[in-house]
Amino acid sequence: MPVPSAFPPPQYTLKPDPEPVMTALVSIRGVSKRYTRGKQTVEVLAKLDLDIASGDFLALMGPSGSGKTTLLNLIGGLDQPSDGEIRVNDKRIDQLSSNALAKWRARHVGFIFQFYNLLPVLTAEANVELPLLLTDLSKAQRKKAVAAALAVVGLSERATHKPNELSGGQQQRVAIARALVADPTLLVCDEPTGDLDRKTADEVLTLLQDLNRNYGKTIIMVTHDAKAAEYATHQLHMDKGALVVSGAAA
Amino acid sequence: MRFLPLVWASLFHKKTRLVLTLLSLTAAFMLFGLLQAVSVLFSSGADFVGANRLITQARVSFTQPLPLALLPRIEAIPGVARVAYSQFFGGIYIDERNFFPQFTVEPERLLDCYPEWKLPADQREAFIRTKTGAIVGRKLVEKYGFKIGDKIPLKSFIFTKKDGTRAWEWEVVGIFDGQDEDWAGRSNLMYLNYGHFDEARQFGQGSAGVYIIRVADPNESERIANDIDRQFENSPDETKTQTEKDWNLSFARQIGDIGLIVTAILGAVFFTILLVTGNTMSQAVRERIPEFAVLKTLGFSDGKVTALVLAEAFALCLIGGLIGMVLAVGAAKVVSGLLNGSPVVVQPVVWLQALATMVALAFAVGIFPALRARRLQIVDALAGR
Ligand SMILES: Nc1ncnc2c1ncn2[C@@H]1O[C@H](COP(=O)(O)OP(=O)(O)OP(=O)(O)O)[C@@H](O)[C@H]1O
Ligand SMILES: [Mg+2]
Repeated sequence: MPVPSAFPPPQYTLKPDPEPVMTALVSIRGVSKRYTRGKQTVEVLAKLDLDIASGDFLALMGPSGSGKTTLLNLIGGLDQPSDGEIRVNDKRIDQLSSNALAKWRARHVGFIFQFYNLLPVLTAEANVELPLLLTDLSKAQRKKAVAAALAVVGLSERATHKPNELSGGQQQRVAIARALVADPTLLVCDEPTGDLDRKTADEVLTLLQDLNRNYGKTIIMVTHDAKAAEYATHQLHMDKGALVVSGAAA
Repeated sequence: MRFLPLVWASLFHKKTRLVLTLLSLTAAFMLFGLLQAVSVLFSSGADFVGANRLITQARVSFTQPLPLALLPRIEAIPGVARVAYSQFFGGIYIDERNFFPQFTVEPERLLDCYPEWKLPADQREAFIRTKTGAIVGRKLVEKYGFKIGDKIPLKSFIFTKKDGTRAWEWEVVGIFDGQDEDWAGRSNLMYLNYGHFDEARQFGQGSAGVYIIRVADPNESERIANDIDRQFENSPDETKTQTEKDWNLSFARQIGDIGLIVTAILGAVFFTILLVTGNTMSQAVRERIPEFAVLKTLGFSDGKVTALVLAEAFALCLIGGLIGMVLAVGAAKVVSGLLNGSPVVVQPVVWLQALATMVALAFAVGIFPALRARRLQIVDALAGR
C-alpha cells in the first residue's frame, strides 16, 4: 500500500526543499576502477563521466557484475577510483585520506544496504543514534533527532526493539532513519528492496520517494527491479563498466 | 563516554561466551589476589611494629631444644615483662587423622603470657596444681566433646616415657576460650603441664623448644629481641628471636620459596587466561567484521574503531578482574582463619598489581583484534570478502 499520507507531518528538522535546484551535486570525470589479481588486471569501471543533479532520485540498473556497486561505493566515499575525479558539492573526494573521507561520509552521505546492516545488539533508536555519536550534539539533542528520524519512517513505536524483533521492512526503515538522522546531502542505496517482498518494497520505495520529493534529498539507488526504478526521477543503465544512456521515468 | 553504551552492548554479543570468559577471568583474578596477598605476607621482612610477644628459638632450628637455664638470663633483660616456655608435644589422639597441636608448658607463666586465653580462675588453679593436667581449647571441645575430668590418651611421635612407651595420658582440668572471635577461632589446641612431662620423659630433661616473651612496651620489642640474641651469641645455645607473627610464618616458609611457587602458579594461570580471553576477543571481532565495516561506513574513523575494540577488551578484563579481586578479599578472610592468626589481607599493593595486570591483559588480548578491525577495507567487508 503506497501511503505517502501515512507519514507524520514534517516535524523533522530538515528544511523541506520541494523545488529541485538543478546544479550538479555529484560530478564524475574520467573515473576508472581496476582490480589487480596476481598478473591479471580487471577494469571494472572504464573512463566514466556522470553528473547527478541535486534533488535527483536516480535509479542505477544493469546486469550483475556491471559495476553498479563499485560506482556507488565511489560516490559514497567508501572506496577510491584508480583514475579520474569525483566531486560532490564541489569538493574533490577522490584524493582524501581515509580519516578525512570518514569525516566527509559522516557529514554528507547516508547509506542504505540490501541487508539493512543494523547492529544486532542495539535497539532501533541506538542504531539510529550511531551517526550522531560522531557529532557534538548533546544527549538530549541526539534523542530528539533520533525520535524525529524514527517518526519520519513511521517507527516511533518500535524505538526500543532490537533488529531481530522487527520485520525486514521495519529493519530497512530503521536503516533509512539511521541514514537520515545526520541530515546528509546524499542518500546512497544499494538494492534497498532486494530482500523485501513486493508490498514491503513498495512501502520502502514510497518512503524514499517522499524523502526525495518533500525533504529534497538527493538519492542514488542501485536496483535490479524495474518496478522499483519507476519510483525514481531518472534511470541509468550500466553494462560492463560503462553507462548506457536511457530516458527518464515518470 | 557517549560510546560506552555501544561498548557495553557489544560485550553481550554472545552471552554464553561472555559469561564463560568472565568466569575464567574472575577465577584467575581471585587466585591472583589471594596468592599475591599470601606471597606479600610471606615475603615481608621482620616487622616489630606493635609486637607485644616474642618467640625465642635455637638459631639453627626450632626443633633444637633450648636449656631452661636460659630463663633467668632472659628475664633479666630490661623491658621483659614475663617469660614462658613451651615444648611441642606431637601427640596423636587415638588415630592419626585426629591431629591437633599440643604444647607442654609451665601453666602460670604461659597463661600470664597469653591473656587472650580466658578460663575460670578455679580451672587455672587446677591446671597449675595438677601435674598431669591439661587444658583444652574451645574449638577442640566442640570437635571432640572433651569434658573436665576426661583422661585423654595421646601417643607422642616425639617423646617416649621412661617406661619405654609412647602412650601418655592427660587429665582435662580446664577449658579455655579466646577473648574475641579471632582468638576463639584459634583455640583448636591443647596445653599440657610441663611438670609431669619433664619428669616422665626419657630424654631431654630441663629443656624446651621455645621461650615466649611478653614485653612491657611493644615499641621496645625490636631492641629486646636483639638484646636476647646478643646475650647468647657464641654460646652453645645461640638463639633467634622473632615476633610471634613472624615465627608463625617461618613455619610455612620452610615449605619452600612461597614467592616462587606463587609466581609459577600465577604464570600458568595467566597463560591460560591469555589464551581464553584472547580467543574470545578475536572471535568477537571476527564475527562482527561486517558490523565494524558498517561503523566505518557511517564515518567512524580507523582510530575510533580501534579504540572501540580495545575498550571492549578493557571492559571485559576489568569486570572479570574486579569481581575476582572482591572474591579474593573474601577468600583471604577464610584463609586468615586457617593460618591461625597471620592475617592475610589483600593489600593496596596487590590491588595495584591486579589493576596493572588487568590493563596489560586487556591490551594483550585486545590489540590484535583491534588492529584487524582497524585495517579492514569497508567495501571488501561489506561484500563479504
Ligand atoms: N575487490 C575486488 N577485487 C576483484 N574484483 C572485484 C572487486 N570488487 C568488485 N570486483 C569485480 O567488479 C565487477 C563489478 O562488481 P560490482 O559489485 O560493482 O557489480 P554489481 O553491478 O554491483 O553486481 P551485482 O548486481 O551482482 O551486485 C565484478 O565483476 C566483480 O567481480
Ligand atoms: Mg552490487
